[in-house]
Amino acid sequence: MAEGFTQVQPRRSPWRAWRSASLRFSLAYGMLFALSSVLFMSFMWWGTIGFLERQVETAINADARALAERWVMGGLPTLALTIEDRLEQNLDDDAIYMVIDPQGNYLTGNVSAWPGRVQYTDRWYTLPDTRAGLRGMAELHAYRLPGTAQTHTAGQLDSGYRLLVGRDVRSRGVLRHLLTDSLLWAWVMVSLLAVSGAVLVHGIFRRMVKTVARTTSAIAHGDLSRRMPLVGNGDEMDQVAEAINEMLDRIVRLMDGVRQVSNSIAHDLRTPIARARTQLEDAALHATTPDELRGAIERAVGNLDNVTAVFEALLRIAQIEAGARRSAFMTFDLVPVLLDVADLYEAVAEEHEIALALDLPAHLSFYGDRSLVQQAVANMLDNAIKFSPPGGTVFLRAQIREISPGRITGPTGEGMLDLSVSDEGIGMTEADMARATERFFRAEKARNTPGAGLGLSMVRAIVQLHGGRMHLSAHNPGLTVSLALPIAACALTSREEDFPSDAHISGMTQTSPFPHQHDMNSSVK
Amino acid sequence: MHILVVEDDPTVRNFVAKGLKEAGHLVELTDNGKDGLFMAVSEKFDLIILDRMLPGGIDGVRLLETIRAQNNATPVLLLSALADVDDRVQGLKAGGDDYVTKPFAFSELLARVEALGRRGRTETAPQTKLELADLEIDLLSRTVRRAGRKIDLQPREFRLLEYLTRHAGQVVTRTMLLEGVWDYHFDPQTNVIDVHVSRLRQKVDKPFDTPLIHTIRNAGYMLRAE
Repeated sequence: MAEGFTQVQPRRSPWRAWRSASLRFSLAYGMLFALSSVLFMSFMWWGTIGFLERQVETAINADARALAERWVMGGLPTLALTIEDRLEQNLDDDAIYMVIDPQGNYLTGNVSAWPGRVQYTDRWYTLPDTRAGLRGMAELHAYRLPGTAQTHTAGQLDSGYRLLVGRDVRSRGVLRHLLTDSLLWAWVMVSLLAVSGAVLVHGIFRRMVKTVARTTSAIAHGDLSRRMPLVGNGDEMDQVAEAINEMLDRIVRLMDGVRQVSNSIAHDLRTPIARARTQLEDAALHATTPDELRGAIERAVGNLDNVTAVFEALLRIAQIEAGARRSAFMTFDLVPVLLDVADLYEAVAEEHEIALALDLPAHLSFYGDRSLVQQAVANMLDNAIKFSPPGGTVFLRAQIREISPGRITGPTGEGMLDLSVSDEGIGMTEADMARATERFFRAEKARNTPGAGLGLSMVRAIVQLHGGRMHLSAHNPGLTVSLALPIAACALTSREEDFPSDAHISGMTQTSPFPHQHDMNSSVK
Repeated sequence: MHILVVEDDPTVRNFVAKGLKEAGHLVELTDNGKDGLFMAVSEKFDLIILDRMLPGGIDGVRLLETIRAQNNATPVLLLSALADVDDRVQGLKAGGDDYVTKPFAFSELLARVEALGRRGRTETAPQTKLELADLEIDLLSRTVRRAGRKIDLQPREFRLLEYLTRHAGQVVTRTMLLEGVWDYHFDPQTNVIDVHVSRLRQKVDKPFDTPLIHTIRNAGYMLRAE
């Protein structure tokens, strides 16, 4: 039983820690740091020690050469005198000299006996020596003094006068120890620093990832109110947090939209479905003639067609709001599009004895989705004609908003297009205007006109997809629906080609297309 | 016409088949893409009505692409619950000739079937002149005469009349007019098309004894000489 229990428990693998990306990353960094400092310090060590050795050898060689010259000049007495001089002047007391005759007898110098191991003149000897009671190391070199017969092979010391020159290198050893010690300690310190840096980086990294993970998992579990904390210094961490928060805001908005739509469906689609159902059931129970039956069925089909139309409109609005349709964006001249829609509705207006007045410029380059703009304008005209009394006038206006210097216009200062439709109809109260774009909203006075209350929701969705805003205002009498749409920089450029003399337009084209392009995409909420 | 209907929903399939038979067409039915493909390549049809989403591994678009790859130019009408503009574009790109979204009125489907069948037969040399009874349309000079008298039409009215004349003797639905004449693919809610047709009637029919433009109840319009 107990065994079973221990088996069930998740085993904490010793390799678990290695699965942490931050730990691997920071350890790799620390190791790289330690390795490079080892390389660097070794280089320093070899450089310094090598330099010291070379310096001693150079000094000994120079000494020997000078002494040999003395020997040639004045023989043994001069040499002995020079050596004594040198020993006296040698304050560090590290010089070693000795001269012996061919028989090996001591002639002069501060060494009492010729070291037995020094046999050759072509190599360096490092031998222990004891001077003034202290043990040390000496670097030695033997030379054959010139003028003596050479009897044996080169480099061998068995005849003639011989000179021994050396330096006590005890201080060099001390220095080497000191250097080695300090470099080792320095390396230990550097490694410690590297490790603590790695741990620190690991900690920061983990904290960052943990915050993101905690927030996102809270959201995944349904807590949509959670947001990433911001430090406020605008660093990369904050940028990531801001991006995530923006994403969450958008998700919340979309979710709200979905919730609103499902509520609307629950309330507003039930009615026509219930009506159709009642008609069919009533006909099935009470119809007495085939004609009565057929009439009831036709009415029910009509009701169901309405349901379908509302469904399609809802889906389309949702799709537009999700921003999925920006692929069809292109630059086009808006004026023919507006004339086209006006032409379609002009006939309807005439039938209702309503005049349709247009106020459009000759050209209007616009960047957007042509068929969506058509639909938005069609919805606006449809509404205006529906609510206008006979004899009234519906106005369709479009113009580029005047840009005066210093005035803030679009998000990046691009031109704004004002597109408005005004009617002389029943108008709307302030409270109704605020709610007009809600799905299925119908003003009290408009209850009797046909429609589902989706027209302005669709217009607003389309305008928002284009990065613009919709505004309702009183027209006294009537209502004005105005759209403020940003004109993309690329559209302005092509417009400038059309009207190169227009100073007002060319002033606007100074905005670079790139930041604007970016903004077009990000400003759509 | 010899029509193949590939549709997995039995209600829709039988409804379509019944209606088409009543309209005098020879109909063959199948409920999956595999059999549909086999029938489409082994028999000669005048038209294929194809559901987009089909069981059996081969969906409507696959089937369509396959028969188009074999240079089979049979007109295909796609039937789909996917009402998206993008879905529509995808279906037409794959080689579809028309696209009807579910739910649909049978009159709409039948009108489009007739239009496609006609197109399959007479899509040959470009015409410069259309004639029906005493109505003459000159497509080059864009002028219209009836019984020798010139009728002044707005450009849009001309295109409306041209579309009706090209489909003379067939039912043309309001949606077909909106798509064919205005190139609009959305529902304009109000009866805009009716208004335009009644305007056209004022000019083309009212001054003369016999009307050419007829209203077909629950369906649309038809241009025909009595």
